[in-house]
Amino acid sequence: MNPPRKAVALISGGLDSMLAAQLILEQGVHVEGINFFTGFCVEGHTHAIRKHDGAKPKRNNALWVAEQLGIKLHIIDVVEEYKDVVLNPKHGYGAHLNPCLDCKGFMVGQARRWMEEHGFDFIITGEVLGQRPMSQRRDTFPVIARESGAGERLLRPLCAQLLPPTLPEREGWVDRERLLKFSGRSRKPQIALAEQFNISEYAQPAGGCCFLTDPNYTRKLQDLWQTGAGKHYELDDIMLLKVGRHLRPRPHFKLIIGREEGENNYLEGYRRQFTHLRPAEHNGSLALIDGHAGADDIHLAARLTARFSQGRDLASVRMSVTEKDGPAYDVDVTPFTSEEIPQEWYL
Amino acid sequence: MSEHTLDARNLLCPLPVIRVQSKAQTLADGDTLKVICTDPGALSDIPAWCRINGHSVLDTQNIDKEVIITIKIAKDSA
Repeated sequence: MNPPRKAVALISGGLDSMLAAQLILEQGVHVEGINFFTGFCVEGHTHAIRKHDGAKPKRNNALWVAEQLGIKLHIIDVVEEYKDVVLNPKHGYGAHLNPCLDCKGFMVGQARRWMEEHGFDFIITGEVLGQRPMSQRRDTFPVIARESGAGERLLRPLCAQLLPPTLPEREGWVDRERLLKFSGRSRKPQIALAEQFNISEYAQPAGGCCFLTDPNYTRKLQDLWQTGAGKHYELDDIMLLKVGRHLRPRPHFKLIIGREEGENNYLEGYRRQFTHLRPAEHNGSLALIDGHAGADDIHLAARLTARFSQGRDLASVRMSVTEKDGPAYDVDVTPFTSEEIPQEWYL
Repeated sequence: MSEHTLDARNLLCPLPVIRVQSKAQTLADGDTLKVICTDPGALSDIPAWCRINGHSVLDTQNIDKEVIITIKIAKDSA
């Protein structure tokens, strides 16, 4: 008897990739999951940081899905390789800074390399024809297969019957008749299939696992590119965009102000890399100054940060300032009123 | 069998798991790995990763703002 064929499944943590993997598992194929960390994943981060999200399970959904399916999951750090996808997308951006088609081609390409290195036979994804405007269309599916190098070893179990047969189908590694023909944006077929599989708990049924589709996030990313040293980023840059209020009162610096205890704790880990300030005698937020700030700028930053402290209504609030690689001292400032803060300072 | 420590403080999900995954590849069967994290999500994710890959969680502690998870490596399953 031949050993079972082996498939690597792109597992996002959402329902579609979970169903696709389950469909192939049921055909006796050995399936292992792969999940990519790009730095822009919504998965886990904000839930882990923000204390007010405490009711939500603090878990990585891709790991959780893999455990439900009983498969191994390989989480791959692709932060460096992914930069070119974000900065120079061949197929352009979607509504925000989401390079969805380039992203899917990149991820399938990474999975193809992993497949070849580990002796696997084919790749499966949870893609559904017509579900996404950029990357899940009849005309873009072949682009992904071609540019990733996966070619006919890329199988989309949820809509395979609407597509030409792939190598795993033609070779009989999987039974095409037991694959599906989902299409469009309706979630009903997936939810019905989940019920059939007795899957009652799943995350983000409509996907949406990337900060690059979030207008609030991408506005801050655009600001980073326009006011920093050009269109590039490091991991810390894009992580900090997920945390706190961002205010840019002057072109040469911005403030990142924690909104609650969890964010303040997270920002604490970065404080040595920035001039930072916090209320000396009141409860309030930690703020980082990102950029070059002179004495007047620090005074302005102190007034802004005091606005978000419990001393906001006082005539004077003492703020502790620690300059990056420099002295620590206190300054007494009058907090801004909310009316005094121009809306355009908020990123 | 030897004891190892991994500092995953100030890393957010899934980076602590990625660091553990990389470190585990360098360890031998029966080695223990103490992972120190500040992301509370690690309390869920690292044990889940261990269950998937056949490793054992020997101990979890939540001290102040740190999560400390001790793992026993099962190399055959890694």
